[in-house]
Amino acid sequence: MAIEISDKTINHEFIEKINQLSGQDIRLCFQCGTCGGACPMSENMQTLPRRIMRMLQFGMAHRIADVETGWECASCHSCTVSCPRGIDVARVMEAVRLLVLRKNINRIEPSRLPDGAVREMPQVALVSGFRKLTS
Amino acid sequence: MKVSYYPGCTLKTKAKHLEDSALASLTALGVQVGELPRWNCCGAVHSLADDDLIHHVAPVRDLVRAMNEGSERLVTLCSMCYNSLARANLLMRHDEIKRKTINDFMNEENDYHGEVEVEHLITFLRDTVGWDNLRAKIKVPLSGMKIAAYYGCTLVRPKDVAIEPPHGRVMNEFVEALGAEAVDFSANTVCCGSYQVLAHPDVVVDVVGRIIASASDGGADALILSCPLCEYNLVKKQGELLQQQKIARKLPVFYFSQLLAMALGLGPESYRPDRNDAASVEFLRSKNFPVGSASVQP
Repeated sequence: MAIEISDKTINHEFIEKINQLSGQDIRLCFQCGTCGGACPMSENMQTLPRRIMRMLQFGMAHRIADVETGWECASCHSCTVSCPRGIDVARVMEAVRLLVLRKNINRIEPSRLPDGAVREMPQVALVSGFRKLTS
Repeated sequence: MKVSYYPGCTLKTKAKHLEDSALASLTALGVQVGELPRWNCCGAVHSLADDDLIHHVAPVRDLVRAMNEGSERLVTLCSMCYNSLARANLLMRHDEIKRKTINDFMNEENDYHGEVEVEHLITFLRDTVGWDNLRAKIKVPLSGMKIAAYYGCTLVRPKDVAIEPPHGRVMNEFVEALGAEAVDFSANTVCCGSYQVLAHPDVVVDVVGRIIASASDGGADALILSCPLCEYNLVKKQGELLQQQKIARKLPVFYFSQLLAMALGLGPESYRPDRNDAASVEFLRSKNFPVGSASVQP
């Protein structure tokens, strides 16, 4: 599929916001794919972190909104400790999530979780899940 | 040197066997650690956004309370608590601007600059108790057991709070000090899927399958860990793998401190097999360890 990339399509404000929130410089990524290779969730991902980084570099805010990757991330920091460019990729994924969550949108609805699961799960699962996936 | 103990929420409920076995073991080792008289949830995960300071307040309050107790060190048992407390501590120690903002915000507390050291029990055992001292107190060596020591994520990532450098062996050294054989396996620091059990439970089944396969291929009889979320995922999702006939049997899973209590000769009221799944209880029976009132659960 051909995609148009020009100064008209690049959302510079979006790039700046991601850099501010993550404290990272996403331009540093040189697309080696080490992040996806290290990611324990990547076998089940449609879009690997490397591609997210490229979309971010081109300010493709509308495309990012349709991609699941940030919501499949477990914040395990395997990408972060592996990146040869020193990018804290886990922080970039957090920034991608927060741009949605800060619009007061929940990714999971606590009230709709199965009863049994909530009863048997350790608090640390619920607290961390709600911190990462709800607004 | 005064050492405080931070339990965290899960150790008082779902992971009571982590707390009970660890505290009984420390008593048997003659080590005094006092639980913080007042503590709150550490937040479970460290906030990664550069502009989000409010979520650091909870762990920092715990650190302030340890400092106010006159403690130089705060020991944790839960890996996630260790990670979030240690990272908040580094932030307060090294980021002057954020430190001032947080201290000004918490104006009812004493200012904090990272005075307390956060430590996980596993390195406390190595560095303060000492392996030789521990070995001398072992009453029931776990000889013949092949144990896979699973670190998960939060003990080793990110690098600035890792309990040891990459390819370290503290968990294996612990296993060997108890008289068991440590099994090396490649997935020992692979994430279990963590909180994605809420949003993507099926993906977590796959990830757990890979971890268990790696430990089993290494010849492990059982696996140890120190994170209540890893424990939940590894035990629960193995049940689903069994139902889907993707594994032939469940690999027993224990908190590291349960094996410690067993090796120190303490009873089941200390290592709490009643909190383990049936495969783990059966494993203890096969090794002639009393299982007390542990009933067989699926």
